[in-house]
Amino acid sequence: MTPAETTTAGGALLVLAILLPAAGILASFALGGRNAEKIALGSAPLALLIALAILAEVWRSGRPIVYAIAGLSPPLGIALRADGISAAMLVTTALIIPAAGLYARAGFATPPEKRESRKALTFWIMLQAISAALAIVFVSGDLFNLYVALELLTFAAVPLACVEGRAETYAAALRYLLFALFGSIFYLLGCALLYGAFGTLDIALLAERMRPLPAVTAAAALMTAGLLAKTALFPLHIWLPPAHANAPAPASAVLSGLVVKGSFFLTVRLWFYVLPALPAAGFDAILGALGSAAVVFGSVLALRQARLKLLIAYSTIAQIGYLFLIFPLASGLHPWTVDGWNGGMMQVLAHAFAKAAMFLAAGLLYESLGHDKIAKFSGAARAMPMTFLTLGLGGLSLMGLPPSGGFAAKWLLLRASVASGQWFWALVLLAGGLLAAGYVYRILAPALSSHPVVLKAPPRRAGEAIALTLALVAVALGFAPESFFQLIAIGRPGLATAGLP
Amino acid sequence: MILFDLGLAVLVLGVAAWTIAAREMFSAVVGYVAYGLLLAIVWVRLYAPDVALTEAAIGSGVTGVLLVVASKRLSLLPQADAPPGRGLKRAAAALSVLVAGVLAAAVLTLPDPAPSLAPEADRELAATGLGNAVTAVLIAYRSFDTMLEKVVLVLAVVGVWSVAPDRFWGGRPAPLGPPRPDAALVFLARVLAPIGIVIGVQMFWVGADEPGGAFQGGAILAAMAMIVMMARLTEPPRIDSGRLRLALIAGPAVFLVVGLAGPLMAGSFFAYPAGFAKPLILFIEGFMVLSIAVTLPLLVAGPPSRKGEE
Repeated sequence: MTPAETTTAGGALLVLAILLPAAGILASFALGGRNAEKIALGSAPLALLIALAILAEVWRSGRPIVYAIAGLSPPLGIALRADGISAAMLVTTALIIPAAGLYARAGFATPPEKRESRKALTFWIMLQAISAALAIVFVSGDLFNLYVALELLTFAAVPLACVEGRAETYAAALRYLLFALFGSIFYLLGCALLYGAFGTLDIALLAERMRPLPAVTAAAALMTAGLLAKTALFPLHIWLPPAHANAPAPASAVLSGLVVKGSFFLTVRLWFYVLPALPAAGFDAILGALGSAAVVFGSVLALRQARLKLLIAYSTIAQIGYLFLIFPLASGLHPWTVDGWNGGMMQVLAHAFAKAAMFLAAGLLYESLGHDKIAKFSGAARAMPMTFLTLGLGGLSLMGLPPSGGFAAKWLLLRASVASGQWFWALVLLAGGLLAAGYVYRILAPALSSHPVVLKAPPRRAGEAIALTLALVAVALGFAPESFFQLIAIGRPGLATAGLP
Repeated sequence: MILFDLGLAVLVLGVAAWTIAAREMFSAVVGYVAYGLLLAIVWVRLYAPDVALTEAAIGSGVTGVLLVVASKRLSLLPQADAPPGRGLKRAAAALSVLVAGVLAAAVLTLPDPAPSLAPEADRELAATGLGNAVTAVLIAYRSFDTMLEKVVLVLAVVGVWSVAPDRFWGGRPAPLGPPRPDAALVFLARVLAPIGIVIGVQMFWVGADEPGGAFQGGAILAAMAMIVMMARLTEPPRIDSGRLRLALIAGPAVFLVVGLAGPLMAGSFFAYPAGFAKPLILFIEGFMVLSIAVTLPLLVAGPPSRKGEE
């Protein structure tokens, strides 16, 4: 047994990060009515504290923190393990979920004449379920435990996508469900093959025992295909635009900002933590190529959308594409992989905040204008300056212009692709930035005209403030200090020797 | 025995092919149920009686009822869009053949004898006081997974309810049976249900040491509840009932609380105190049986579709 497999200081925090939202789900369902909203929002500060405490402990100890559940070490028991990227993602989730929750108070309050309403109860329970599922995704060290997390995530995300209860949302959610279940089954088949080959599902033990067997290649292909379907990587993206664009704004923010990152995170765990010993240059190139296709395809379709929410959803497909450049740019032991890794992870965080902000802003626009048709935005920026400022700042990060998290991400990825001589990815990064500039311009240009506009309702100040804050975080990520990159390097396999020739 | 196994394999493949080829939805469902029962026999032949029981109860039984009810409700709707085209069918078939081929090839190359945690699971069995290693895996070694899976079941119920029209929230799901059920069905429900309840509780109780356990026992109890509802001897409950909600969360909630108390009792989350593990495990399982027995019939009954008073 390696020493890393036993409980470390602060390990108990990992269990609490999962059990807090899990208990919240059960209590919300049992007590019902308005209690669900109170529990969801009331537990959020505690979840943030736990996430910050985990981050502090990972930073203090400089290595992953571990908890062996029931005192049983793997392979028989389950170990939770949080490293630098786990901590960063936990904090991100603990910020974006309550932001979406506070924004949603106006639209998802239980009507005063009712004890309980369908929309409110479903929304507040599923919001907590996404917290619970993502907490497991980020800290679990066991592939089957992660499968349970994927199930939780699916059963939380799909009802959120159709919580409005319109016919087209049901069609979109059903398609989402089919893709997500297809992904779960493929992931599970891969887990079974890995267990059959190595007799364990623990990530650290698997990495130790890894040998290039045919079954491992098959498992890697199956699990990756399943996770890509859940992440909506081109060409498995067709479920995403209708599901994300038809969901209510706070749900879209969570689905587009966080949920697709959950399955991406698992893809990273699989390739960088379980399979780094597998000689699979081909796989890296395929993932990079699919990501590149997603960048171009998603951006071009975003340029052609008539509705703002669909435009933002297609932009998600493009932005997810960038994430997959991490596979060709950060794998192996090369000097440039540090930039590739940092750029990929920065893109995860920057897109999470920017996209959540933009979906919330789009929701405010819809409330005030009564539509989200881009052609009819003329003059709207004068009536709703804060909302358009949010869209502009979020767009800045999507385009990758300085100063913003998106700029930092694309700059690092660009540096890695130049240093590694893989100029092809650099072209994709530049083309994607230009196309993003095009679709962001399409939103802003008509709105800035002096055309008079009549609002159905003045924008909600609180909602505007929340959306703007998220956009400002996306911009502020561009100023991330060196210590942030030191944090996300903690626990990354293969890093110790990465700088050597 | 090899002849029996070969025959079984051919039969499984044949029934599977028949299920896919069936033109009527109802025949496909019947084929699927038969397929599940045959798979259960396959699991018995592979010396996995716990899996066999689960496959028969859940894979074939509950899923079968779910599909029957769904196909009945679908047949009442106006004919949907055009069926999937030839190209899509061929693509699906090609993908299925590819995945099956890759799996078969990969399984044949797996190390022999397979690396297994079974000896280790047996070795630790004494500490739990249990006799059935499968139950020990589910409720002790990997209790964290099992607790979270029960939370998934709660989400599934909320998800099913969430597609109801707003005006029916708080009401009852549609009845499972026709307004005037067959006299034979009513008689069957009256006779079978008491026996089934005894068998379900027995299966949970012996699960600590023999094949069986909370999930299989709960599934049998759930099947009894469904038969009674199909015979219209009782109606699906109002979804806002406090007692119903408590029954649905009892399993995961008790599991979570015991797990949370682990550090006080045994020094670790989800650990059981030495010498007191078995009673505690049976205590948790008792509530899990209740939650499973209530959850499965509600998933079959579907979203509320009428006001509670009707």
